[in-house]
Amino acid sequence: MSAIKNYHSLLGDPASQRFETFSYLPQLDEAELRGQIQRLLDIGLVPIVEHVEPERIHVNYWYMWKLPMFGEKNADQVLGMLEDCRSSHPGHHVRLSGHNPIRQTREAAFVVHRATVRD
Amino acid sequence: MLKNFDAAVYDAGVKDYRETYWQEDYVPKDTDLLACFKFVPQEGVPVEEAAAAVAAESSTGTWTTVWTDLLTDLEYYKGRAYAVEKVPGDDNAYYAMIAYPLDLFEEGSVVNVLTSLVGNVFGFKAIRSLRLEDVRFPLAYVMTCGGPPNGILVERDIMEKYGRAMLGCTIKPKLGLSAKNYGRAVYECLRGGLDFTKDDENVNSQPFMRWRQRFDFVSEAVHQAEHETGERKGHYLNVTAGTVEEMFKRAEYAKSLDMRIIMHDFFTAGFTANTSLANWCRDNGMLLHIHRAMHAVVDRNPHHGIHFRVLAKCLRLSGGDHLHSGTVVGKLEGDRNATLGWIDIMRDRFIKEDRTRGIFFDQDFGHMPGVLPVASGGIHVWHMPALVSIFGDDAVFQFGGGTLGHPWGNAAGAAANRVALEACTLARNQGRDLEREGSDVLRDAARHSPELAAAMETWKEVRFEFDTVDKLDTK
Repeated sequence: MSAIKNYHSLLGDPASQRFETFSYLPQLDEAELRGQIQRLLDIGLVPIVEHVEPERIHVNYWYMWKLPMFGEKNADQVLGMLEDCRSSHPGHHVRLSGHNPIRQTREAAFVVHRATVRD
Repeated sequence: MLKNFDAAVYDAGVKDYRETYWQEDYVPKDTDLLACFKFVPQEGVPVEEAAAAVAAESSTGTWTTVWTDLLTDLEYYKGRAYAVEKVPGDDNAYYAMIAYPLDLFEEGSVVNVLTSLVGNVFGFKAIRSLRLEDVRFPLAYVMTCGGPPNGILVERDIMEKYGRAMLGCTIKPKLGLSAKNYGRAVYECLRGGLDFTKDDENVNSQPFMRWRQRFDFVSEAVHQAEHETGERKGHYLNVTAGTVEEMFKRAEYAKSLDMRIIMHDFFTAGFTANTSLANWCRDNGMLLHIHRAMHAVVDRNPHHGIHFRVLAKCLRLSGGDHLHSGTVVGKLEGDRNATLGWIDIMRDRFIKEDRTRGIFFDQDFGHMPGVLPVASGGIHVWHMPALVSIFGDDAVFQFGGGTLGHPWGNAAGAAANRVALEACTLARNQGRDLEREGSDVLRDAARHSPELAAAMETWKEVRFEFDTVDKLDTK
């Protein structure tokens, strides 16, 4: 067995801040992101784009970018919306969620652009 | 003359049960409570007579005719056995289907339902063995019960967890840690990436760690881990106690510490205490985790007791936001199809009759919220692909030894589980077959996570492959 490795996590270190689902994996690459968006659209979830200042990640209500993309079928449109939001708010986290109106819950939610990039 | 009423004449003495309580042509009403019992009659007792005896002894009947029977409309109030079937794969056992009118049960009281259905009848001499396999609670009865204080959807909103299952860990050793050391173990798990930690069932308030100190240190651990990670966390503070007064005192203190979730052992403490605590949780916006100590005493023997699917239904009616369901893959008993059946019973709005899953009746829960199944017991990172595949996202996977036993400690163990869960969820979303490709998914993920790589190395050989004792009845 290898030597014991320290678990690095500090209160003042932005890299220790997590953003829920997929935040313990390396940042999704473009193909992975497109795949997750396509799956979200395929099962009929409504994409919602939101953003927030890094120091306010814990709040329930992030700023909603425009409106939920009701009826959207095209992954490129969603990618465009995410880029739109990011370029307008370069210092913010940008999150994509998939809303299920029947159960009234989000069945997917993950941060697409992280304001502070982890190593 | 009363309409549709034939006045009877009192005729003292012992009659066959089946003269009154066996009615083969009976069509159950939507409002009837239905029960399926598995029984073995004593030698020489006809099957219909035994089924009728069960119906009688669990409803209005006694061993002899009494004159006061004639003061009421027994035809209306009695339970009726309306069908018997041979049990597949068992030459001696039969199923009895029994219908009870709604009026026999006090509203909102699973206590009252169980007192009738599994009361005296289980000691009845004409029956060699008896087991309550399933109960159909009519929607009219379901609507009188409080149910889960919050439910799965509200819990997700409170905890801000979407698009994945949640992760927990029971703190070990089960007994013997001081409150301060215990809080350390909690903190390490939560900062490493778990959503929840848990008091074990027998952690109440012992001399080595009184409840008050535990609650104080654990709340600091939870809040510190939340600040450090930016994520919402919880620890199931066990408020099970020797008296209900003490239980509520502990619940109130947990609330005063801004804790999000408390815990109760519904079976040892009893349904009365559980229902009251569920009501308190609903009033106070507190999530309620339910442990099931003692369940295997009554649900494991295939010929005696109460099947777990019935206990799960009763708990959903009494109230709880989490309930242990078994894992299918870990160290504790649980047939796969039967487990899938009672997971549906916990979570779904409507569950269809499906004998291949051991479900004997359609069950409609109306708008009652669902209970989150908790898979716990002997699971580790190698089980993650199967768990994600079997349970989907609406579940809590609880790794006790599988977190605390990591060679680098709790935080690394927690991170390993979190990476494994997220990698499996991502792969599932990409359309990959986790039960076939799970090992590859984990190996790929471990390339970016030394914590996961170490966990996979530690537990690669552990398997729990024993035969299930309580199997579904099949040929």
